[in-house]
Amino acid sequence: MTFDIFVIPFFGGLLFLLAVLFIRFTAWLATLDKSGRKKLGHGLLNGQIFPATWEVFMESLLHRRMFKQNKLLGFMHMSFAFGWFLLIVLGNLESRIYSGGHVNPPYYPIFLKFFVHDKRTLPFELYTLPGFFRFIMDFVLLFILSGLVLALIKRVRSKWFGMKRTTQHSRFDKWAITSLWLIFPLRLLAESFTAGAYQGGGFLTNTLGTFFAAFLPVEYLYYPAWWAYSTALGVFFVTLPWSRYMHIPTEVLLIYLRHFGIKTGKKPDSFSEIEIYSCPRCGVCIDVCQMNSAGRTSSTPAYFLRSLRYGNPDDEQNANCMLCGRCHEVCPVQIDTLAIRIAARYEDNKLLVPSFKYLDQFDPSDTTADILYFAGCMGHLTPAVKKAMLKILTASGERFSFMDEDGSVCCGRPLLLAGLHEAAAELIRKNTDLITRSGAKTFVTSCPICYKVFNEEYKLPGVEILHHSQYLLRLVESGKIKVNNTGITAVYHDPCELGRGSKIYNEPRWLLDRMVTINKTEQERENSLCCGGSVGDLSMNHTERNVIRDEALKVLLASEPDILVTACPLCKKTFDNGTETVVMDIAEVVSERLQPASKTELSAAVEIAG
Amino acid sequence: MSGAVEKVRFGFSVNKDRQIDYDANLKNVSDIVQKAEPTFNLCISCGTCASTCTAGKFTDFSLRKVILMVRRGETKGLENEITKCMLCGKCQLVCPRGVSTRNLILQIHKALKTGAL
Repeated sequence: MTFDIFVIPFFGGLLFLLAVLFIRFTAWLATLDKSGRKKLGHGLLNGQIFPATWEVFMESLLHRRMFKQNKLLGFMHMSFAFGWFLLIVLGNLESRIYSGGHVNPPYYPIFLKFFVHDKRTLPFELYTLPGFFRFIMDFVLLFILSGLVLALIKRVRSKWFGMKRTTQHSRFDKWAITSLWLIFPLRLLAESFTAGAYQGGGFLTNTLGTFFAAFLPVEYLYYPAWWAYSTALGVFFVTLPWSRYMHIPTEVLLIYLRHFGIKTGKKPDSFSEIEIYSCPRCGVCIDVCQMNSAGRTSSTPAYFLRSLRYGNPDDEQNANCMLCGRCHEVCPVQIDTLAIRIAARYEDNKLLVPSFKYLDQFDPSDTTADILYFAGCMGHLTPAVKKAMLKILTASGERFSFMDEDGSVCCGRPLLLAGLHEAAAELIRKNTDLITRSGAKTFVTSCPICYKVFNEEYKLPGVEILHHSQYLLRLVESGKIKVNNTGITAVYHDPCELGRGSKIYNEPRWLLDRMVTINKTEQERENSLCCGGSVGDLSMNHTERNVIRDEALKVLLASEPDILVTACPLCKKTFDNGTETVVMDIAEVVSERLQPASKTELSAAVEIAG
Repeated sequence: MSGAVEKVRFGFSVNKDRQIDYDANLKNVSDIVQKAEPTFNLCISCGTCASTCTAGKFTDFSLRKVILMVRRGETKGLENEITKCMLCGKCQLVCPRGVSTRNLILQIHKALKTGAL
């Protein structure tokens, strides 16, 4: 016997799911933009498939990044994903023993114990092949059920899993999660009842079956149990494409495409849609998002992505994000939440067409220099930073020019963050022209916001773009300036755009290490908090920003350092208003500890640097 | 000698009428903006924003003027004016009243495009 009518809910659901997935995946791939299609073609040929497959195994099945987050959380996800995967693979192999090695219809391995009652193998007879499979299949089922128990515990004790908040589910998600949670207990019941009725089964199902048979009419119960198991599977498959569990198939596609070099662009496209569908709403991002402190939980990435998926997010969700990147850092799927938010803003703001034609008349007299210093808009609002930089540059003896001494054109990053990249391109063009004309080989800026855009969006061949923390370190290391260590304690705050945004964590620390004693803080480097002043957010008011600032200050100043050092004028300005502790930019620290270099030393150093 | 009296030009003229006709002006832009960015109401027209403005260095763009015009409903020509903003956010940092100026600009933009009909 290889068919029974109860397999229909499962089989029908499976066929439906496969059809929906086929249509969706085809539509996504067909609407990839030109460069995306090209990358897809290249990627398929140049061997990127192998590392991608490895990542699929490590992430989609083993959930390595989840483990990094929290071991219990990782185990819970792994037991479901990897356990179910093993159940499918091993079930297939097991079913072949009984069908003479043939490929079976898809429902056959799933419901094998209904079709085959192998009484030859007692529970622990591991030395025969069927006995081995019986054991391993029960073991895997137990493995999955342990994950289910953890999932239930997580509902009431999410803190054990490292989560303060868990995601509030939508109605479709509730259907899907209920059917998913029923699948494995129902399988256990169906197999146990059958084992009880026919004296078969492995160590788990046999034991349970014998137990049930003692007081239940298992010979009447097992058939309805198989029906229930099949129905749970069917309901899960049918609800999957509309629930968060769509992430299971989509994430696999995402990993491959990402390995092929495809990224979410400046406008919403089919790849950003794949990223949106890959969000499992696991909720890891919700806790790390500082928007919670401002009472704007609905703008946290999990809910924002959900709104994008099921319709349009409201203006508040679009605008309310500091783009600090903390969510991206912890996301187990590594969804580029920042790019998606900016792309959504592009949609939102595309009616607006700023025009900077007036800049054509701006034609400052040509200055030539080796080093071009750019304070940036925010740098101009913190004159102390600007002054410190000018003092250091003068002391270093470098031939420099202060590009925006008299105020200048904005770098374009604030426009980019609002999704207005066409307008930003105008500013980028203007600044590129100004920099190229100066003939400078090194461009130094005080503002990480500027640094990021100059580094990533500007095309300036032959010009090295540096943040002042990098440049100052270089000056100190080459001996062009000298600093002393006064032994005071300091805490260094990683600005979002410099740290997570540009991956510059070490240079500021190495530089500071020569002047002060750095205290460690609870959340630094990748986990650093946003100061709350971000130009990424468009809508938060000052009161809300101050809440975020104060929470960040509490973490930063826990060790009661003498000074709080940062490398961003905006962070400095934001923090300065919220604490009695002295807040300094790294350039100010250098400027304060600057030692006059003797002339001979200086010329020697210049020669070496050559 | 001719009898015609020649007008003497002193280089001065009479100002155009500066009376604001609130009945004729569009007030719904202001309503839409207030709803979309409530901090709009906090503005005291001190002009700090205009004095620090990056775009203001190159043009006569002034956020203070823009806000006054929106409040009065004098929206003619405003759309053109507002395209000059680079959205750099200096005004937001210096604003003594905590107006979310960047969003304000975007919302005025949007209200003019979509709501002012």
